[in-house]
This record gives sequence, structure tokens and C-alpha cells, in this order.
Amino acid sequence: MEDPPSRLLRHGVPWLSRDSGSLSRCCSHDGGSFRFEPIPGFFRWFLLFFFVTEHNQEGLDDGPDFLSEEDRGGLLMFVFLQSSLPNFKQDEFSVVRQHEEFVWLHDAFVENEEYAGYVIPPAPPKPDFDASRDKLQKLGEGEGSMTKEEFTKMKQELEAEYLAIFKKTVAMHEVFLCRVAAHPVLRNDLNFHIFLEYNQDLSIRGKNKKEKLEDFFKNMVKTADEVLVGGVKDVDDFFEHEKTFLLEYNSRIKDAAVKADKLTKSHKNVADDNSRISSSLHTLGTQDSTDLCKFFLKVSELFEKTRKIEARVSADEDLKLSDLLRYYLRESQAGKDLLYRRARSLVDYENANKLLDRSRAKNKDVLQAETNQQLCCQKFEKLSESAKQELIDFKTRRVAAFRKNLVELAELELKHSKGYLQLLQNCLVALKGDN
Amino acid sequence: MSLVKMAAEREPPPFGDGDVEAEGDDLEFREAEGGEDLFVSTTSTLESSPSSPEPASLPAEDISVKSNGPKSDTLLDDDHEDLFAEATDEVSLDSPEREQILSPEPTPPITPVSPTLIAPRSEVKISHPMMFDRSKEELEEEANGDTFDIHVSVSDPEKVGDGMNAYMAYRVSTKTTLSMFNSKEFTVKRRFSDFLGLHSKLAAKYMHVGYIVPPAPEKSLVGMTKVKVGKEDPSSADFVEKRRASLERYLQRTIKHPTLLQDPDLRQFLESSELPRAVNTQALSGAGILRMVNKAADAVNKMTIKMNESDAWFEEKQQQFENLDQQLRKLHTSVDLLVCHRKELSANTAAFAKSAAMLGNSEDHTALSRALSQLAEVEEKIDQLHQEQACADFYLFAELLSDYVRLISSVKGVFDYRMKCWQKWQDAQATLQKKREADAKLQYANKPDKIQQAKEEIREWEARVQQGERDFEQISKTIRKEVGRFEKERVKDFKTVIIKYLESLVQTQQQLIKYWEAFLPEAKAIA
Repeated sequence: MEDPPSRLLRHGVPWLSRDSGSLSRCCSHDGGSFRFEPIPGFFRWFLLFFFVTEHNQEGLDDGPDFLSEEDRGGLLMFVFLQSSLPNFKQDEFSVVRQHEEFVWLHDAFVENEEYAGYVIPPAPPKPDFDASRDKLQKLGEGEGSMTKEEFTKMKQELEAEYLAIFKKTVAMHEVFLCRVAAHPVLRNDLNFHIFLEYNQDLSIRGKNKKEKLEDFFKNMVKTADEVLVGGVKDVDDFFEHEKTFLLEYNSRIKDAAVKADKLTKSHKNVADDNSRISSSLHTLGTQDSTDLCKFFLKVSELFEKTRKIEARVSADEDLKLSDLLRYYLRESQAGKDLLYRRARSLVDYENANKLLDRSRAKNKDVLQAETNQQLCCQKFEKLSESAKQELIDFKTRRVAAFRKNLVELAELELKHSKGYLQLLQNCLVALKGDN
Repeated sequence: MSLVKMAAEREPPPFGDGDVEAEGDDLEFREAEGGEDLFVSTTSTLESSPSSPEPASLPAEDISVKSNGPKSDTLLDDDHEDLFAEATDEVSLDSPEREQILSPEPTPPITPVSPTLIAPRSEVKISHPMMFDRSKEELEEEANGDTFDIHVSVSDPEKVGDGMNAYMAYRVSTKTTLSMFNSKEFTVKRRFSDFLGLHSKLAAKYMHVGYIVPPAPEKSLVGMTKVKVGKEDPSSADFVEKRRASLERYLQRTIKHPTLLQDPDLRQFLESSELPRAVNTQALSGAGILRMVNKAADAVNKMTIKMNESDAWFEEKQQQFENLDQQLRKLHTSVDLLVCHRKELSANTAAFAKSAAMLGNSEDHTALSRALSQLAEVEEKIDQLHQEQACADFYLFAELLSDYVRLISSVKGVFDYRMKCWQKWQDAQATLQKKREADAKLQYANKPDKIQQAKEEIREWEARVQQGERDFEQISKTIRKEVGRFEKERVKDFKTVIIKYLESLVQTQQQLIKYWEAFLPEAKAIA
């Protein structure tokens, strides 16, 4: 297992290892050598693994907590690739990348005219540790007011939450790169290779205010244009159908993603309530003077275990349902963008035709108009062809992903319910037996 | 669109005869004996009280027994919130005032709680806590070893009257083999203030001698006003149901108490078809204000009584109850939160179900579209499960805790009475001492008539001191016994109810497993 660069490692920072298939934690660094202890309970990653830390130039925080206050907003990803993809200089290599660099790569694809006919894999969403950070702060502030057990419990929960978000973030970035790597054309893109191989910082600066403003206006123009272009009925049945379909699908899947999110949050709330109830029952059990003390303690234990299950249900629903919906929301948006580009090129082609006609009528610049028209025609036809294929692929991918996730969702729900039932039944047997 | 048509063709749902079956199962399982449906119109079974005549024919002598008539006076309706305290006041009067009621107005038409209170989505099943009634089990327990053989239930709330004078009448049914009752099975109609009246009578008679009298349910201004005003929405139906359940639990606890069961007032409450209106429970009545004043006085006294506790048992027990009180309150807050979150979960599940159905409609891949619609159906069923579970969370767990929080304040009240009793005894001793001193002084002054009087007074106060001591010993003894009984009951109660609650969780999980097992092959069928 390769040692990560020393400037990035700090005490307590998690490190995902492909070899042991588990999440390790850096627990000390003295004089340049690193020791790792495994954190149980995580599953393997396949093609890539990531090492993540917080980039903090302001001085090393050597406390045991893994979230630092001053965060520059950039999580670093350590990309380790073992592949037999051609055109790479080595078989195994690794680089460190920030989230912004992933976004840069995505934008580079979008802006490349050559790729106009593809559904560009959507960029991974920005990692959001804000909620965890706030909670950690509250935990720190409230340390004095709660018992030691409560504090430890909350800290553990927070750690689990952080690791869950971390896992998810890593997965999203991984999916993006995998999609690019799987695409027959995009995988050969030069920027992609630079992204994977160039060992130094890519030095892409974030967009400054002016550029952000430009982006904003570009977006507005695009939206207006989309409406204009979208209103034109397409002669081609396939594309007309796709347009209608994608528009409706996109808005509905957005709604579904939002509702799924609320659902998983509710489950999490119920899980948290179970935890509080368990604590209260525990206190009751320790201080009751009657027979009930044992009873309460058993029930308290039960609630603690059921809390874990409820939390897992919430996490799994999030992973299999919410994430799925969110991802296909982004993909369907990319599909819409593709249709837009095609429609745009169709309009250009039609305009070129009109121009040619006028040129011929006036008998002026006819050759120029002819070449222009031919170019537009070629562009349009090439776009249409690849768009058709891409959209068909999109459907195939979508159906496969939904199938996989829905099956896994149902299996996990079953697993959890059965576990929950077992716990309840065991507890009931124990409680009734005592009577 | 062909997709929409596909959805319609799929009715009935493909989970076998899923919905229908589930409903049937539920009703079968959930109905307790008798299967009393809450909101079924009861016009046919309405008991007309013998004295609900036309206004003109009111006999002159029949002025004292108008049970359910409305009041035309200016006193606030008894269901208004006691402005200064919780409902279960200890009335320290010996005989509570009672006003004779003259009711020149006719009995208004009785409107049964109509079934339209229920939203179409089978809310009867959901807010139907018959499954949570413990009456059946209590009957079994009674048969098993307790010497009691009496079973009480409160049901069929009916709105009587209109506007701000309206109130809810509840049917109180008793089944018993005890000989002190006139018959084996009987039913009466009571309103909320009747229950409060019963409680205040019992509290007045028994608490100051050390008996733990179960507290009556709390008044609620907001809840009752909504019902009066005629807002027939789910929240007022919920409120009525909550109240009905708590009145039932209150009566069941009261009759379990061997001493209270013998009380004639309780018997009258259960049996007699007419009951004098208990207006002294109203907040701003004379009795109400007196109650308030006494309460304030009590609070002050408590602070000033410094008791020399000779018996460590009492101190220990008081501390234990104090701790228990704190913890139960904390737990209750958490459970309340759980109820709230579970309801949110249910709402969010329903919203997601609709959204998934819409998505399924849009999806142009046939098999996936089908699977998504089925996911929507599963989630809709799960939503119902969550609603039922929220009910169980509340009616079993949360209400148990809130009942015990109030019971413990009753217990604390009884300990306070003991303190007051001790204080009285001490005061008597102090007075005796003073009388003795006065007597001694008179001995020197040599006034024979005054000496005679002084001697008499001494005898009187010696008797009072002895009585005080006896009273104190008696109340201490009673409290010990009562606390023992209370703790036994508490253990039984908690074990029974919590086990029942866990069983409700088992039910929910079993259903969840059924639903997901049915969905899994559908998901796998996506090709």
C-alpha cells in the first residue's frame, strides 16, 4: 500500500485501502513513517480508491478530530489507477485531485464541439460536509452539558455520519470517472489523460467574479434558446418522442429525488429518537427500585439496536433510491442538453440553407454559402447519428441502473426488516420469560 | 397516452387481492370483543334518559336530576381550562358545593358523531385504538387471581347540543359480578365534567388520609372549543378519541383500587342513570376559586414545613418518586418526538409514493414503468403502516408515560398530606403545652373558675394530641400500603403496555416484510 504524500496526512484522517478492503485510519505520523489501523465495516472499491483529507494550509491541526474548522472548500482525492487502458504511460499511477478539477474536466468536455453529440457524463456534486461540521461544532460546545456516555455516543454517531458522506462523495466522483473511462471516445480525450497522469497540481483557478457572471448570462441565454428551439416540432419521430419524454421525465424525477430525500431524512429522525428513548430507558433502569429495572434495561438495549437498524434503513434508502434518482436527474439533464445542441445545429443547418438560397438568388458568394451549408449539414447529421445512439444507450443504462438499485433496495429493506423482527422477537421472549 | 392507459389496466393491484385482503385481516385482528366501531352512528342505540321531556311538562319537583341538559346560566362551560392549574385539583372542602339546576330549555337534539369525520382513506382503522384497549387483558388478569370481577369501558362519544353549549357525551358500560351493584351489566351516559366531579369527590374523601387517588384526564380549552364549534375535521376527531381513551384508562385505574371501588359515589357514577351536574369543577365557580386559593396556600405551607422525619422509608420513597418523575418526563418528551417524527415519515412516504407514480407514468420503458408504479403502491401501503404505528406509539407508549407522570403527582400529594397531618399533630402539641403553661400560671393566681376551664381545655387538647398522633400513624400506615400497591400496579402496567407496544412494532415489521417480498420479483422482472 503506497504511502500517501506526507503533507496530506494528519492524525486520524481516514484512508480507504483497496488491499485490505477496509477503511483505515492514520493514527500516527512520527518522523515520516505512517501507521494504519483498520476501521472495520466498509466494503471494497473496485477500480479506483481514494484518499481524502481536508486541505488546510494554515497550520497542521494535530487534534484527533478529522474535520478542521478552516476549510478551503477543497477535498482532495487521491486517484489510484490500475488499468490496462491503452495510451497511458504506466500501468499503475496515482495523482491527487480536488473536486474543482473534476468539474473542470467535465466543463472541458461540454465546451468541446467534438463531443456535442454525446451525453456528457454529469459532474459529481460538490461534497457537502456542512451539516456534519455544524454538528461537530455543536457537540464541542455542548460537551460540558451532557454525560460522558451521551457525549461518546454522539461523537460515534457523528463519525459514522461523516464516514457515510465521505463514502458517498467518493462514490460519486468514482462514477464520473468510470463513465468517462467507459465511453469509447471520451476515454481518449487529452484532458482526461492529463487529469489522470499529470503529477502536479493542475493549477486550475476557480472562476473569478467576471467569469461567474458570464456563466450566469450564458445560462440565461441558453435557457431562453432552449425554449425557442424546443418549441419547434421535429420531423424525426424518434427525436420528437425523446424531446417530449425527456422534458417530462426530467421534471418528474426531480420531484421524486426531492421527496426521496425527505423520506430518508424522516427515517433518520426516527432513528435518532430511538437513541434518545434508549438513553432515557437506561437511566430509568439503573435507578428503579422495583422489578422494572431489569425490564427497562433490556428494552433500552433493544431500542439502541433498533436505532442502528433504522439508521441503516435510512442510509440504504439514501444510497439506493435518492442517489439513483439524483444521478439520473443529472443524466437526463445532460440528455436534454444533447437534444438542445442537436436542435441548435438543426436550426443552424436550416439557416445555412436559407442563406444558400438567397446567395443563389443574388448570385453572390455562392461557393462560400455552399461550403457553409455542407458543413452544417454534416455537423447536423453526425450529431443526429451519435445522439440517437447515445440516447438509446442512456435508456439502456437507465433501465439497468434502476433495476439493480430497486432490486438491491428491496433486498436491503427485507434484510433490515427481518433483522428488526428478530431483535423484537428475541427481546419479547426474554421479557415474557422473566415474568 | 398509452402509458396512462397501462396504469389503469393494472387495477386491481397485482399483489394478489392485496388491499382487500389486508383490510380484512386488519379488521379481524384489530377488533376487540364487541367490535365497537367508534364512529358508527348510534341513533338506534341511543338511550333516551327518562327525563328528557318537552319543556312544558317539567314537573315542579324534578329539579335536581337533570343529567345531560344544557345550562342556561352564565358560568363558563366546565370544559374550559382551569386557568390556574391542571385538572386534578385536590379539593380540601368536606362537602363540595352543588348547585341545583333548573333547566327551562328543552333538551337539544343529540347529534351522533357522524361517519363523515373520517377521511376516505380508512381513517377508522387508523385512529381506531380498540386494538390498544387493555380491557380484554384486564378481564383475563382479573380472572387469574385478582379478586375483582368488574370491567368498565368508555365508548361512543356523541355530540350533544350546538354551539358553545355543546358537549360530548360518552357511554360508560360496566360488566360485573360484584353484588354491591344492582345488576350485572349496565350502561350510562356521562360527560367530561361528570368524570371530573367524580374525581374531585374521591380526592376530597380519600387523599388526605393517604390513599393514592388516580387523577382525572386534563381539561383542554382548545380541543373542546373546536369540537363545540362543529369543526368536523380529523384533528377534532383525534382529540375526542384521545379523550375517550384517557377517560377509559382513568375509570379502569380507579376501579382497580379496592377501597375506591367500595365508594358509593363511584357506584352512583357507574350505575345511576341521572347524575347531578358537577359544576364545582368549573374554573371560575366559587369552588374553583376556593380551590385555587387553597392550592396557593398549600404551596406556601409546603415550603415552611420542616418535618423531623423519624422514618427513613418515607424520605427514601419521596426521593425515588422524585427521580422517577424526572425520568418519566424526559422519556415522555422523547416518545412525543417519536410520534411526531413517525407522522412526518408517514406524510413523506405518501408524498414520495405519489411522486414515484408520476415518474412511473413518464417512464417509457414498459417494464420499468410498471415496476415504478408498483414501488409507488408499496410506499403507499407503507405510509398506512407508519400511521398505525404512530397511533401505537402514542396510545400505548406516550399515554402510559403521561398517565404515570400525573399519577406520581398524586403520590406526591399524598406524601404532602402526611406532612400536613404531622404539622397538625405538632401544632396540637404546641397548643397543649401553652394550655399547660397557662394552667400553671392560674394555679398561682388562684382563680377557681378559670382553673376549671383551663383543666377542661387541657383535657381537650390532650385528646387532640392523641388524635393527631393516631391520625399520623394511620396515614403513615396507609401510605406504606398504598405505595406498595401502587408499585405493584406500576410494574404490571409498564410490563403489559410496553410488551404490547413491542408487539405492535413486530406487526409493522411483519407487514413490511410482506410488502417488500411482493415487490422484489417485480423489480427483478425489469428486463
